[in-house]
Amino acid sequence: MFDVGDINSFYLDIFKEIGNIGAGNAATSLSKLINKKVNMEVPRVKTLNFYEVPEIMGGAEKEVVGVYVEISEDIRGCMLLLMSQHSAEILLKELMAFNNISSGSFTELELSALEEIANILLGAYLSAIGTLTDLRIKYSVPSLAIDMAGAILSVPIIKIGQMGDKVLFIETDLLFKNNSIRVNIFLIPEYDSFDLMLEALGVE
Amino acid sequence: MKVAKNPHLLTTLGLGSCVGIALYDRENKIGGLAHIMLPYSNEFKNNSNPLKFADTAVEKLLYKMKEAGSNIEKLTGKIAGGARMFNFKNGGNDILRIGDRNVLAAKEVLKSFDIPLISEDTGGTYGRSIVFHLDDGKVVIKTVGRGIKTI
Repeated sequence: MFDVGDINSFYLDIFKEIGNIGAGNAATSLSKLINKKVNMEVPRVKTLNFYEVPEIMGGAEKEVVGVYVEISEDIRGCMLLLMSQHSAEILLKELMAFNNISSGSFTELELSALEEIANILLGAYLSAIGTLTDLRIKYSVPSLAIDMAGAILSVPIIKIGQMGDKVLFIETDLLFKNNSIRVNIFLIPEYDSFDLMLEALGVE
Repeated sequence: MKVAKNPHLLTTLGLGSCVGIALYDRENKIGGLAHIMLPYSNEFKNNSNPLKFADTAVEKLLYKMKEAGSNIEKLTGKIAGGARMFNFKNGGNDILRIGDRNVLAAKEVLKSFDIPLISEDTGGTYGRSIVFHLDDGKVVIKTVGRGIKTI
């Protein structure tokens, strides 16, 4: 059985590849949405102790826009899409429907547009993983929060924290506008889902 | 989990559904701050880390405060956090209500140790940072866009 606390480079590469395939599909979707080239960074796979997570993710008090979905069926866990307020504003502008984004606070319509963008990107990510592994993945309606990064990250941390002391993140960044705008996508599977994914990929 | 004596401050940043439990010994100006993620340790199979749960964290905090020279018979408690960060239109599941459960457990645990809860800032849908002042025991709570509050 795969042990989250004892991840070696072999597993690391497999999880990075999962991030690559999922985020690659999300990048394509984003590119179609905004009609611009979208770049993708090499995925990062991190196993962290819970109390380290907010700091390593760039500071617990940093204000971010977060969209959370729960995933269920064969692969269980959650996904989180994080971006800065500024990135969210630019993203809305790029969609062209929003010309006058008020800086600092979003309207209801803008918030639901951000939720919908997240829905499309996370859906694209998960559908690629589903095809790759031939596993069923269902995901919830997305929910958005604008708050401190630590507070937003507490939700996936607590979800995984019910099972153990470490949390494994597969993190990939999508970039556009000369890489000035960044959208972080996290896949955070539950412990038992790792074995299932590895098995589906033919890894003993 | 941290224990300190005046003039130090204790902080915990970006609390979401977690709960910060601040215990104060006014006489010796010693404070302890725990940051719990889950309610009771016996509700979970993997419960080897005492810092994660309300019951075991408070127990450990009391031990550490005693070690630091605190009179643990005379502590007072304040709690903050336990938000519901994400709302789901269809009600949501257990994990989204964990904030409420954490708050409830924190209160019950304090009661079980006869520590009076003198104030709280809990629930809601937003994150909080805590600065615990050990000269007078006040707990200052910072939020994003909802100002600063002292309890």
